[in-house]
Amino acid sequence: MTTEVGSETDVKKEPEKVPEVQQQTEPQQTEQPDKAADSAAQPASASDDQPQEESQSAEAKSDPEAAASPEPSSPPAAGGQKKDKGISRFLPPWLKRQKSLSQDKPAESTEPPRQESVEAVKEEHEETSQPKEEADGEGGATTSTEQTEEVKEVKEVKEVKEVKEVKEVKEVREESRAEEVQVEEKDKEEEKSIGSADTQPVREEKEGESEVKESEEQTEKKEEKKEEEQVNQQETSVLSALKLKKMKMVVCHVTLLDGSQFSCEVEKRAKGQYLFFQVCEQLNLLEKDYFGLSFKDNAEQRCWLDPTKEIKRQIRNSQWQFAFSVKFYPPDPSQLTEDITRYLLCLQLRQDIASGRLPCSFVTHALLGSYTLQAELGDHDPEEHRLDYISDFQFAPNQTKELEEKVVELHKSHRGMTPAQADAQFLENAKKLSMYGVDLHHAKDSEGVDIMLGVCANGLLIYKDRLRINRFAWPKILKISYKRSNFYIKIRPGEAEQFESTVGFKLPNHRAAKRVWKVCVEHHTFFRLVSPEQPTKTKFLTLGSKFRYSGRTQAQTRQASSLIDRPAPYFQRTSSKRISRSLDGAPVVNVSDYSQALTAGAGENGPSLELNSDSKSPQVEVVEKPNEDADTSLTSETAFETDKGGAPERKSKLRVQGENIYVRHSNLMLEDLDKTQEDVLKHQASISELKRSFMEATPEPRPSQWDKRLTGSPATTLRLQAQGSLEEELTSLFLSKACFSGLAGSCSADAAPAEASKVSAQPEVPQQTPPRPGTDSRDASKPPVVKTEMVTISDTFAAQKTEISTKEVPIVHTETKTITYEAAQLDGNGDGEPGVLMTAQTITSESLCTTTTTHITKTLKGGLSETRIEKRIVITGDSDIDHDQALAQAIKEAKEQHPDMSVTRVVVHKETELAEDDD
Amino acid sequence: MAGLMSGFGSFTHAVVRAVPQSLAKEALRTGSQEVDLLKVREEYDEYVSVLKHRLGLEVVELPADDALPDSVFVEDVAVVCGDTALITRPGAESRRKETEAMKTALTELGLNIVEMTDESATLDGGDVLFTGREFFVGLSKRTNQRGAEILADVFKDYAVSTVPVQDRLHLKTVCSMAAPGLIAIGSSEPAQKVLKIMQQMSDHKYDKLTVPDDYAANCIYMNLPGKGDVLLHCTPEEFPESAKVFEKLKDHMLIPVNNQEKAKVDGGLTCLSVLINKKNNI
Repeated sequence: MTTEVGSETDVKKEPEKVPEVQQQTEPQQTEQPDKAADSAAQPASASDDQPQEESQSAEAKSDPEAAASPEPSSPPAAGGQKKDKGISRFLPPWLKRQKSLSQDKPAESTEPPRQESVEAVKEEHEETSQPKEEADGEGGATTSTEQTEEVKEVKEVKEVKEVKEVKEVKEVREESRAEEVQVEEKDKEEEKSIGSADTQPVREEKEGESEVKESEEQTEKKEEKKEEEQVNQQETSVLSALKLKKMKMVVCHVTLLDGSQFSCEVEKRAKGQYLFFQVCEQLNLLEKDYFGLSFKDNAEQRCWLDPTKEIKRQIRNSQWQFAFSVKFYPPDPSQLTEDITRYLLCLQLRQDIASGRLPCSFVTHALLGSYTLQAELGDHDPEEHRLDYISDFQFAPNQTKELEEKVVELHKSHRGMTPAQADAQFLENAKKLSMYGVDLHHAKDSEGVDIMLGVCANGLLIYKDRLRINRFAWPKILKISYKRSNFYIKIRPGEAEQFESTVGFKLPNHRAAKRVWKVCVEHHTFFRLVSPEQPTKTKFLTLGSKFRYSGRTQAQTRQASSLIDRPAPYFQRTSSKRISRSLDGAPVVNVSDYSQALTAGAGENGPSLELNSDSKSPQVEVVEKPNEDADTSLTSETAFETDKGGAPERKSKLRVQGENIYVRHSNLMLEDLDKTQEDVLKHQASISELKRSFMEATPEPRPSQWDKRLTGSPATTLRLQAQGSLEEELTSLFLSKACFSGLAGSCSADAAPAEASKVSAQPEVPQQTPPRPGTDSRDASKPPVVKTEMVTISDTFAAQKTEISTKEVPIVHTETKTITYEAAQLDGNGDGEPGVLMTAQTITSESLCTTTTTHITKTLKGGLSETRIEKRIVITGDSDIDHDQALAQAIKEAKEQHPDMSVTRVVVHKETELAEDDD
Repeated sequence: MAGLMSGFGSFTHAVVRAVPQSLAKEALRTGSQEVDLLKVREEYDEYVSVLKHRLGLEVVELPADDALPDSVFVEDVAVVCGDTALITRPGAESRRKETEAMKTALTELGLNIVEMTDESATLDGGDVLFTGREFFVGLSKRTNQRGAEILADVFKDYAVSTVPVQDRLHLKTVCSMAAPGLIAIGSSEPAQKVLKIMQQMSDHKYDKLTVPDDYAANCIYMNLPGKGDVLLHCTPEEFPESAKVFEKLKDHMLIPVNNQEKAKVDGGLTCLSVLINKKNNI
């Protein structure tokens, strides 16, 4: 909470952060709907809605948060965090670590005025929740969450398409803290909203505001949001209809596959699905599951429009310009039911071929071109069809006269073939091309060699230049995940192998990594599963992105299309000239673009996958294993099962280190373990109170007061804000030092080792199982996220942590996306050296982070009661801010304040890319 | 071209090259066995006779060249798929000139000729397995990555996967196609390893025909009008156990062909010809 305070100040100082915040908010929004739904069920307890999570982990958090919430302004600070990049320069190499913070939420918090009364309510909730958490042993879970940054795993237990497990592990860490802050904000908002309307709607409004900054009235937004939330599961169309009356309309321009433009008015807050349905209706297309809408984001990357999300939030400031295209290439087009579907697929493939995205030989270019002519022009007419009649068509990237002659020659041989037959022949040949339906992504292997990742119906293909150098069929892949700009696949052990191995690839940036991950999730689900994995309805803790493919699978769409009972619709084929235009001038989707589009397509803010490869920090992975069998009826139970997946960080570490091909990157990528976060959270809870009181007294933190209060409290918090220069640059900069009492240390010592061992033995199960009762499963899942170390921490702390984690979890999506810089130091875990001063800089608004872990470590090692001080600095701000300097400054101050102590570790967590990704 | 990837095994022409005098003593070999030139020529004549008379292929015979002791193994200098021929750059320097006569012959046959001019690339046709749906290219002492890349660039329609080959001269020293979707594979550890990799790399399911002897796994499958499935394989005299395995392919026209002497210089059945299908070409 202290951090929040800081964030508030930051926010005030830095309006710039807004954009980032918007991004973050978006993810939150997505989460919110769920929450909203929950809240709808329990209108009275608006806070509860979000809290579903809270009850589990959030509850505990809520208390601290509540305290913090009063000072939600801190969230803005988080926005500034992203710019920590520079910090590393100033830090000694050994001090550097990475942590992530969520900035967005903080910003939101600032917007909504915090009502103390509300906060109090929250606190109450939190209190209630805390006990539960403690009982659950959430503390441990929280730690785990921290450790595991964000890991999304898709596991296929059985080759049978039915069962696949999706593991999402998010790193709670600092991000979680940030999330907490955000949550608090949300809670507050909710409370407020409750007062006026529904809490959920309020949230949406806030988000929308922050993101879009639209001037629309909040009430309207709220109403809309409410509607949306309620309808979430229902068709958006209904919502849109409702909205239409009230909402503003926007004209969308969609480029169709024949190059023509389709314009359509949609309500400003309509979801992607609404527009997509409009387009399909226009096209008279029933087998629409193979298709999708894409748009270009600010970085000119093609992104798929997520049908389940609002268009506006996805395109952000981009044009309302979309392209209708094939998203899933059916391996056997002859199984499509309708000719019109095949025709559209042909149009897509013609584009793919003309653009070079789908390479083929001269002969194949000629053959496919001849079928195109037959379909478009009918039988060859020697009188009418001179050689130049085909010059309007583009059959190949580099079209030669020789090719055209060959095309005409072949065209003559197709006499009598109907357009539908010609299309079918076209597809029968095109589908055999080796790159048919392969979505390519640039990447590097563990040795830095340029390769291409190809995602297709059957799995993942690895190319070097044009050569296929490896292939991982879906059944062979146990888990897919991404962390930072790395993409990982865990491979099922072969017959002779004892352990699964993990292969890592380096993508150009975090967005690209996430894109690949999303495309994999979608393709795997569409082509391999009978039905989509159930969305994690419950907000049980999943730190990773919640992104899942929610559309119909191929199996489902085939079944559905088998029921199509209508006379073959008449459709007009494009004239040759029009085609030529479309092929030539139409925006041809490049391979790279396409891939990007696919990845983005999912659109959801996937939780960033974080595999904490850091050896020291235990990673807790929350594994969601949706049992496909259960299909529709995925209840909380499934969630629980999923949670089982969560393995302690240590295990993950072990695996990573031993088996990871990409060890180097993983190490680099390694972020601080959740412990710091957990610790931070705990401390924050206590600190938050201090801050609150402090903040109430003075809006702007006074270093001296802070110090005093902090020192007085179990944890010493140092406020860096005192420094004028830093203040300007950093939205929020908090240094908190927490000294743990001997008790904590002793407790931790016992618990920590035990947990560790357990983890190693049974990575995921141990932590999760104990605490979770069926309903608590969510909580349980969250706890796994929390590091084991956290568990060790005193009950109060644990409770707090759990709360945080829960809250975060829902928020997590957003957060994940959000960029956070954290410098976490304490490895309360075994890593930590005795008597270590841990300083963690969290970009997140959360200011104070004391790490109980530190104490624990000490006790563990020597039985000595060493005092560790952990500082968390949250730097929120735009790129303009010099995070490095801010960090250096913070460290310097810390040293000055504690001359008798030495800085043993500095962890810097940057989530910039994540922030960008936030959808 | 009736369609992409149709007509696997259907051939109309074969290019072979007469046995040079120098083969007996100068041809490259992994072993150190004495080679009886007369026997080699007998085997060669029998081979050509089967192609020409028994199977009815148009056989183009290139003249022997004593300066090129390995030139009888024409497979290594050209990869033909559809109407495109890739003239390779053999891994053994002493064999580079073998391509000249081949290029001329294939040009005369009307194929589109692509030459591998990159001096960093090497490729022996013996490392190229075409399954009808895709290529596997063995990375061996004779074939490198660059060579495989060029092949992939030439035959864009097909997936080209690389397969590390260890302890064997060529990829096709241990395997070949015995029917569409059926890979004949040796029993040795290197052979099985190769098979495993190929299976992993492919989107297609292949059945395997495992033969006890690696060399016996090198056979020639054809699908000829009026004859159906045809398989040229090892003789019972040379590999009795392996021959029994082939004899189980009841639906094939089985033609045992003696290759004992050429095996001493690492020559398999496939090595002796470049098979071409001109009818299906556009």
